[in-house]
Amino acid sequence: MDSIALSRQQLDGDRMIVNMGPSHPTTHGTLRIVLELQGETITKATPEMGYLHRGVEKLGENLSYQQFIPLTDRLNYCSSIMNNVGYTTAVEKLLGIEIPKRAQQIRVLVSELARIADHLVCVGVNAVDIGAFTAFLYLFRQRETIYDLFEMAAGQRLHTSFTRIGGLFRDIPEGFVPLTERFLVECEASLKEMENLLSHNPIWHDRTKGIGVISAEDAVNWGYSGPCLRAAGVPQDLRKAQPYLGYETYDFDIPIGTTGDVFDRYLVRTEEMRQSLRIIRQVLDRLEPGPVMVDDPKIALPSKEKVYTRMESLIHHFKLIMHGMEMPVGEVYSATEAANGELGFYIVSDGGKNPYRIRVRPPCLPIFSSFEDQVKGGLIADAVAVLGAMNIIAGELDR
Amino acid sequence: MIIEHIDAQLPGTITDRHDFRGDQTIVIPRESLLALVALLHREGFQFLVDITAVDWPEREQRFDVVYHWLNLASQERLRVKVPVSDGQSVPSLTGTFKTANWFEREVFDLFGIRFDGHPDLRRLLTWDDFPGHALRKDFPLDGGDVFCMEGCTAPFNNGERGGE
Repeated sequence: MDSIALSRQQLDGDRMIVNMGPSHPTTHGTLRIVLELQGETITKATPEMGYLHRGVEKLGENLSYQQFIPLTDRLNYCSSIMNNVGYTTAVEKLLGIEIPKRAQQIRVLVSELARIADHLVCVGVNAVDIGAFTAFLYLFRQRETIYDLFEMAAGQRLHTSFTRIGGLFRDIPEGFVPLTERFLVECEASLKEMENLLSHNPIWHDRTKGIGVISAEDAVNWGYSGPCLRAAGVPQDLRKAQPYLGYETYDFDIPIGTTGDVFDRYLVRTEEMRQSLRIIRQVLDRLEPGPVMVDDPKIALPSKEKVYTRMESLIHHFKLIMHGMEMPVGEVYSATEAANGELGFYIVSDGGKNPYRIRVRPPCLPIFSSFEDQVKGGLIADAVAVLGAMNIIAGELDR
Repeated sequence: MIIEHIDAQLPGTITDRHDFRGDQTIVIPRESLLALVALLHREGFQFLVDITAVDWPEREQRFDVVYHWLNLASQERLRVKVPVSDGQSVPSLTGTFKTANWFEREVFDLFGIRFDGHPDLRRLLTWDDFPGHALRKDFPLDGGDVFCMEGCTAPFNNGERGGE
């Protein structure tokens, strides 16, 4: 990183260095951007990251497969349940097992709730950064309900750790489904209110249209995925393209944009929330009682009652805790469509208790790497809009 | 499918291949990487999903640089592994894929593998004078001596170093 102290050369002319972050209200996490300005026009932007680097991949090599799940909560902490789902799906692919139907349905249900929560934060905070505060309040009321639902299901609002390898930590409790049904109605109304505030608001148009434009080819070349890629006009969504957890049986559409600018990203996210509501409704309609964990003593922990009363269960419990699962030797890459895009887990197993190598492919790292390209030549105020619409989550970016 | 095509177009390039749980993997020498990338790009593998590396300290060629590609039209995935020794470098893909820039910086940062032709090969996640490369297997989990003040024992493993 170049020193940000002004050298003689930098003092020439009108150039000015502005340091955004590492702690700044619009950076949503600790990241730093050194902007070089000519008047109000950005001539150079140097992002610096790593402030939230915790060495998740290194820690993963020293933890068992189950123990890694709480670390996935802390990747994209706005939609942690989706990281749980993405990681356990990857380990299940390595094991070559299929989880029970009810577990799949509940995973879809909570994933879509998390997607809505993530998009609500992204759109709401993007609007706050640009100066529209009211929409944020409407949206965050709904996010609270989603977190209440997560608390009911997992006992935690943010760091859910809801899934386990082979299924779920527990079934959803009584009262979850009625509250979700109420949420579906209220969220629909809140989205309408938000759209009334933003979609036809001339100031919102001025601030977002034509900002952060990217072509479809460039977006693919930069490695974009998720809403930012779809806003550029590429209809790539892993839920449709490479279905997992039975997504192929649900009826939903993939919204795409045309220019890839901040306004298109807003529209894509808004429509995706509607589609997620559609999926949740379908899940609630077809939710059937059944087990939420695979029936395999080599993978699933036995119930406490069995551990205390049966010899065999006690042994299985001891083996699983002390020695971990028996893992095949091999490597898998498994990707799920998280709120920000393709969240991939690349796991190399040497047959041991811990993964030999675990790699998290964060969706926002490639997106953020194009930041300079996106803001160069624009105004400093637009950099804030672009950063918000990229939805950079530092926990996921730095790992 | 694509593997047969690579075999026909660049005979002898693939030194090893395997298929596990539906993931197709090929291993190629680093000299052939750029030719393969040009072919893949022509054949529709335009989405470079990820670049990472795996450290196998007991092997002579210690690192595997691992690339993941996705074909957006056919949704076919391909994993390419390039073995390199410590100190050897790999050609950079930044000329074809802009997204390679930061991924290669990250691999350089955490494994110390250099990429030839990279425009700006600096550390990405750790700071510039960080001692060592964190994801190498011989890098201790607690960071080693440089992170411990005098008289302090390592917080993990009863003071023993070296991970598990």
